[in-house]
Amino acid sequence: MTGTLSLLRLVLRRDRVAMPLWVLGLGLLPYVYVTGFDTLFATAQERMDYARISSANAGFVALYGPLHGDSIGELTVWRGGFVPVMIGLAALLTVIRHTRADEEAGRTELIRAGVVGRFAQLAAAVLGTAAACLVMGVLVVVTLLGKGLPAGGSVALGAVFTLSGWVFAGVGAVAAQVSETARGARTIAVLVLGAAYVLRMGGDISALGDERMEWLSWSSPVGWLHRVFPFGTDTWGPALLTLVVSVATVGAAAYLSTRRDVGGALVAGRLGPATAAAGLSSPVALAWRLHRGLLLGWTGGFAALGLIFGGVAGSVAELTADSANMSDVFSRLGGADAVIDNYFATTAAICGVIVSCYAVQAALRMRDEEQTGHAEAVLSTAVDRYAWATGHLLFALLGPAAALLAEGLTAGLVHGAPGSVLSASIAQLPAVWVLAGLTVLLVGAVPRLAQAAWAAVAACLLVMLVGPLLEVDQRVLDISPFTHVPHLPGGELTTVPLMVLILIAAGLGGAGLIALRRRDLPA
Amino acid sequence: MSEAIDAEGLIKRFGAVTALDGLDLRVRTGEVHGFLGPNGAGKTTTIRVLLGLMRADGGSARLLGGDPWADATALHRRLAYVPGDVTFWPNLTGGEVIDLLGRLRGGVDRTRRDSLIERFELDPRKKGRAYSKGNRQKVALVAALASDVELLILDEPTSGLDPLMEEAFREVILEEKRRGDRTVLLSSHILSEVEALCDRLTIIRAGRVVETGTLDDLRHLTRTTIRAELTGPVNGLGDLAGVHDLTTEDGRVAFDVDADALEPALKALVAAGVRSLVSQPPSLEELFLRHYTRDEETAR
Repeated sequence: MTGTLSLLRLVLRRDRVAMPLWVLGLGLLPYVYVTGFDTLFATAQERMDYARISSANAGFVALYGPLHGDSIGELTVWRGGFVPVMIGLAALLTVIRHTRADEEAGRTELIRAGVVGRFAQLAAAVLGTAAACLVMGVLVVVTLLGKGLPAGGSVALGAVFTLSGWVFAGVGAVAAQVSETARGARTIAVLVLGAAYVLRMGGDISALGDERMEWLSWSSPVGWLHRVFPFGTDTWGPALLTLVVSVATVGAAAYLSTRRDVGGALVAGRLGPATAAAGLSSPVALAWRLHRGLLLGWTGGFAALGLIFGGVAGSVAELTADSANMSDVFSRLGGADAVIDNYFATTAAICGVIVSCYAVQAALRMRDEEQTGHAEAVLSTAVDRYAWATGHLLFALLGPAAALLAEGLTAGLVHGAPGSVLSASIAQLPAVWVLAGLTVLLVGAVPRLAQAAWAAVAACLLVMLVGPLLEVDQRVLDISPFTHVPHLPGGELTTVPLMVLILIAAGLGGAGLIALRRRDLPA
Repeated sequence: MSEAIDAEGLIKRFGAVTALDGLDLRVRTGEVHGFLGPNGAGKTTTIRVLLGLMRADGGSARLLGGDPWADATALHRRLAYVPGDVTFWPNLTGGEVIDLLGRLRGGVDRTRRDSLIERFELDPRKKGRAYSKGNRQKVALVAALASDVELLILDEPTSGLDPLMEEAFREVILEEKRRGDRTVLLSSHILSEVEALCDRLTIIRAGRVVETGTLDDLRHLTRTTIRAELTGPVNGLGDLAGVHDLTTEDGRVAFDVDADALEPALKALVAAGVRSLVSQPPSLEELFLRHYTRDEETAR
C-alpha cells in the first residue's frame, strides 16, 4: 500500500474537473427535486393525487422504481430513482480510468517501478472514487436538511447515493482485473450496471401486478438501494447488504490483481490466425472486426431488455383489471389500453436515450482510433478518410437500429402487439442519429472536445428525467431531439418531425465528415 | 522523374508552436535518404505532411509527382509507411494486420511476406497487445516491405529492435537498394545505420534544414582533430581562422581545424618541425552532435 497517498493525490489532480462536476451535478439533484415539488403542488391534496397516479404508472415505476408514500421526501427519492445508476456509471468509469486504462497505456509499469506497493494504484483509485461519493452523500444530507426534511430520511438518502457509487466502484475494480483493455473493462462493468437496472425494473414492475417476478429486484444492487425507502421506512438492512458487497468486490479485485502480471489479465489473449481471412480487405471489414463485439452486446442486451419490458406488461394489464379502488386513477389516465400504451411509450423513450450511448460510443471510436495511431496506419494506405469514417459510421447508425429492433421486436412479441411496440422503439432512431451526427461533427471539427458528445447524451437524459417535473421552459426541452419524437404507441405518428430530425442528423454528420477531411490527423 | 520527394519551404504551426519553419527536403528517385534531427525537430510532422495526413500552412510539396494532400489516396498505393510509434488493434493478430494493410494498399506479395516474417523471426499468430515494442515494429516493417511500392517512408524503423534484427533490417534495405527502383526515406537516430545505408542525408533542427548532402559532403563541413609533437615552437597557429580549441604543452599541440584551414595549419606545423602527428577524421557522431547542440553553443 506504500505510495497510496501520493497516487490518491494524482487521481484527484487528474479528475479535478470531471469529479466535482458529477459530484455536484448528481448530488444536488435531490435538492432540485424538492424545490420542484414545492412549486409544483399548491396543496397537499394535489401532491397526494400525483403520488397515487404515479405509483400505479408502470412506465414511471420502470424508470424510477417503486413509490410507496406521498410525502415530499418520498416523492423526491422516487423521482431521483435513476440517479443511483448515473452515480454508479460515474464511479465505475472513474475507477477503470485510474486502473486498467493506465495499465493499458503503460503508465502503470512506470508507477509500479517506483516505491509503490502492489495494491497502491487500485487503492488510490477506489479511495478517490469512494471519497467523492461520500462527499456527494454529505451534500445530499446537508441540502435536504436545509430544506427542512426529516433527518433520518435525509441521512438514508445520502447513504443510498454514496453506496450506489461504492458498489459500482467495486464492480469497476473487478472488471479492471478481468479484461486486458480499458474498453473491455468498461463494457463488462457497464453491462453489470445495466443488468442490475433491468433486473430491478422487471422486479418492481412485477410487484405492481401479480408479484411473480418481484424477486428480480432482490438480485440487483440497484434494487436493494431502492428498498431502503428513505423518508418512508428508512430500512437500513439493504443498505448494509450493499456496503458488504462493495467491500467484498473491492477485496475480490485486490485478490484478483495478485493472480496476474502487470498489463496481463485473467482472460488472457490466445494465439490467432497467422493470415487474414480473405474478407478482411476493406475499411468496412476492419470496422466489423472492431465493432462486432459491441454490436452483439448491445443487440443481445436490448433483446433481453425487450423480454423484460414485454413480460411485465402483462402485470400492468392485470393491475388495471384488478384494482377497483384505483379505477378513478385509470380512467383519468385513459383506461387500461392507455395505461399500457403509456407504459410502452415510456420504455421506448428510455431505450432511445440509452441506445444513444451506443451511437456516441461507436462514433467516438473514430477519435479513439486516431489517438491510438491506428487511424494513421490505415490512412497511409490507399484508404481515403471518407471510406475510413464510413466503416465506423455504419455501426454508429445501424448498430442502434439493430438494438432498438431487437428490443421492440422481443417486447412486442412477448406482449402480443409486435407492430405498435416495435414502431414506438424504431421511432426513437432519428433522435439517436442526431446525437450520432453531433458526435461526428465534434470529432471532425473540434476533435479535442469530442468527448463532449457524452455531455449531450447526459443533457437529453436530464431533460427526460427532470424537465417535465420542473416545468422547464419548452425551448430548453426542445434542445433534446427526443422531445420531438412522436408519443407512440397511442399517440399520432407524425412523420414531419422525424424527417426533420433525420435531416438535422445528416447535416451535422455531413458537416463533421467535411471537417474531418479538411483537418490534420492526428490532431 | 528524378525526385521522389520535393518539398520546399514547408511551414507548419500548431497554435503558437512552429513545428516546420521553411523546411526543404529533396529525395532523388532510387536513393536511400537519411532524415535526421533531435527529438522534436519536426521529422514526424514532415512525414505526416508528405503523407497528406497534415496540411502544411505554407510551402509546397510534391510526392512521386503528385500533391500529397489532394492526391493522397492515389499516391498511397505507390508507397508504404512505417510510423514511429506503432500500435495495432488488440484483437487482430500480427499476420492479419500485415495482410489487411497490404490489401488496403493494393496487394501483398505472398512469398515476400512469408520470407520477411521468417527473416524477422516474427510470430504472426499473436494478437496486438501480446507483442513487445520490437515485435510491433516488425509487424509494421513486414507490412511495409512486403508490398511492391516505389517509395518507403520509415520513421525510426529500428527503434525497439534488437541488434540481430537491426542487422536483418539493414540487409533487407541494402537488397532494396541493389534493386535500384525503390526510394527510401529513412528517419533514424542510429548513426551507424545511416552510415551503412544512406546515399544522402538531411539533418534538420527546429523545423529547418541545417545540412543536406552526401556523407562525404557533410564530413567535409566539419573539423578534423590534430595532435602533434613538435621539435620547435610553432608560430601563428592560434591566429589562423578555422583553428579551434588550441592547447600547447611541452612541445605538444592539439587543436580542431576546419576543412578549409587544414592546409595553412599543417604548413605551420611543418615549419616548426613535426616529430609525430595524429589526425583524426571527423566522426559522424561529432557531426551530429555539433548540429544537435548548436542551440546551446550559440547561447554560450
